[in-house]
Amino acid sequence: MTTALWYALVGVILLAIGFASLILTPGLLRKIIALNIMSSGTFLILVSLARRSPDPVTQAPDPVPQAMVLTGIVVSVSATAMGLAFLLRYYEATGRLALPEDDLPAAPAPRHEEGPSA
Amino acid sequence: MNHAPVLVVLVPLLAALASLLLPPRLSPWLFGGGLAGVGSLLIPLYQRLLAAGPFRYRIGGWGWPLGIDFYIDGTGFLMLAMTWALLAGIGWYSLAYFRGRPAGAHFWPLLLLVWAALDNLFVTADVFNMYVTLELLGLLSVALIALAGTPEAYAAALRYLLAALGGSMCYLLGVAMIYSVSGTLDWVFLRTVLTEGPGAVMALALVTAGLMLKSAIFPLHFWLPRAHANAPAPVSALLSSLMVKASFYISLRMWLWIFPGVLQVHVAGPLLGLLGAGAILYGSLMALQQTRLKLLIAYSTVAQLGYLFVFFALSMHPEDVTPALQAVVFFALSHAFAKAALFMGAGVVQRTLGHDALDRLAGSAQRLPQTVFAFGVAGVSLIGLPPSGGFVGKYLLIDVAIRERQWFWAVVLAVGGLLAGAYVFKILARAMTEPPAASPAPSLGPSLAASAASSALTGEGAPPPAPAVVASSSLVVEAAASPLGHADSAPPERGLVWSTWTLAMTAFLLGLLALHPLQVIAIGAPGAGPRLPGAEAAQ
Repeated sequence: MTTALWYALVGVILLAIGFASLILTPGLLRKIIALNIMSSGTFLILVSLARRSPDPVTQAPDPVPQAMVLTGIVVSVSATAMGLAFLLRYYEATGRLALPEDDLPAAPAPRHEEGPSA
Repeated sequence: MNHAPVLVVLVPLLAALASLLLPPRLSPWLFGGGLAGVGSLLIPLYQRLLAAGPFRYRIGGWGWPLGIDFYIDGTGFLMLAMTWALLAGIGWYSLAYFRGRPAGAHFWPLLLLVWAALDNLFVTADVFNMYVTLELLGLLSVALIALAGTPEAYAAALRYLLAALGGSMCYLLGVAMIYSVSGTLDWVFLRTVLTEGPGAVMALALVTAGLMLKSAIFPLHFWLPRAHANAPAPVSALLSSLMVKASFYISLRMWLWIFPGVLQVHVAGPLLGLLGAGAILYGSLMALQQTRLKLLIAYSTVAQLGYLFVFFALSMHPEDVTPALQAVVFFALSHAFAKAALFMGAGVVQRTLGHDALDRLAGSAQRLPQTVFAFGVAGVSLIGLPPSGGFVGKYLLIDVAIRERQWFWAVVLAVGGLLAGAYVFKILARAMTEPPAASPAPSLGPSLAASAASSALTGEGAPPPAPAVVASSSLVVEAAASPLGHADSAPPERGLVWSTWTLAMTAFLLGLLALHPLQVIAIGAPGAGPRLPGAEAAQ
């Protein structure tokens, strides 16, 4: 197994974990983190693609996918910041940490769940 | 004007940066300057396109394969022109809509950035550059939706952010696959260097899945109605008319320009068509069930996007795809104008009546005659009645279906028109109903006294004043609850009404002026004559 293939496999696994979490967990914070894990997986796959087509003379990895990864990281960081900012606004306005259709109880509520009467 | 292709991106971008630095009251002026600047750049581009056909522009003189090139053909130019015209209309409307409101300070820079990103998307020849513009448009849309400032708008913005990021990540993976099997990212050359195989199949599947999520095609439409219905009216118009076309434009490039050279794409075409047919039926039926005007219009967008994907079922068989391409681009063009007009009209209704509940629209035809007229005219284009732009687009699509003997798609397209008729008439029937004399809902201020007097004159018992006062005060409370829904008893500002009216009339009259845009679309169409390489330098 080559290093490139190993990277690609790990990338696919991260992508799958992130995607499952994005779909299955209701909490918005978890969804944002899941998207970050997905983008890490995507970037690993891109890096492994760069290794797959090296420069014929120097054997250096192809720079174009690496440039794509750099751009992708910039996008991912700014999107995460934006998502977190909106999550904060949403929480301040509604007291909720999930979208209405995901039906997570409002944030202060879970304290009662530990008691037997709740 | 040799540098026009790059200037159509730079002018709005610089205006956006300037609008962030200068006081907010100057932003509309910057936008107006951008309109004048880009408008004067589109003319030489157009003349060059007519004279010499599609052409390539090398940014900084680098050129393919080292640099990122711009490539202008008929479809791309028409999208540029559509963006310019729609933004002119939406900007005119926003001038009145955001006057004296703090959200306006954030709106103008975002609008200018959207413009720069759209122009960049429509001129770029690089599929990774398309990814960057897609991400820009996604993030800008999220910010624009949240301008409404309501909890629903924040929820819609977050939902859209998650969907958009997932979709563009899928697209990025597809682009990486394209690069790894071909070694280039330039869509004009990809057709010749892409190699057949599982890599190409997977690239197309990933790219298409990501773009379908971003253009909200039927099973992946969940984010669209609430995002478009909860945004401020000019933003709804922008999202529903231009933003959804951006990802469709990339799908077009993928399915018509890039992949037909290497893959048997016609095998997958009917599958996309079936999704489109599902979108037409589902979106129309959902639109019929809505009780809020803006949600109805948003579901109509879901339905109309279905037509754009039915196109993929029609375009795959013939050797010459030009007629189908002309039909679908023209359809997208007229839908953009009609849908922008509908959302802007809904904004006028919301501003004037304080709500957009369909059941309480009675009497709005008397209070807002031009707006309801605009609803009717834009609706004619959505249904596809002659001589509107929607008619020409739909007629050409059905014509292709019949000439290919694909009767099923012709039936789907016709049924979609009937359903569109049903939901457009649902709006118009509500709006044109006489307000019942006992119900004071739409009449506030002086018109209340007038209606009371008129009902007294006709011999009916005048409504007792007490319930009327109660009802109108409850209206005021409701209006105060939603920051964008102020129930002004004054007539709406003329800018709001006339910009809506102008866009609706444009959608209507496009049908009469269809011949020339159709010729422009054919320039550089994949089935039309020598197409590769259009690599003459443009320095």
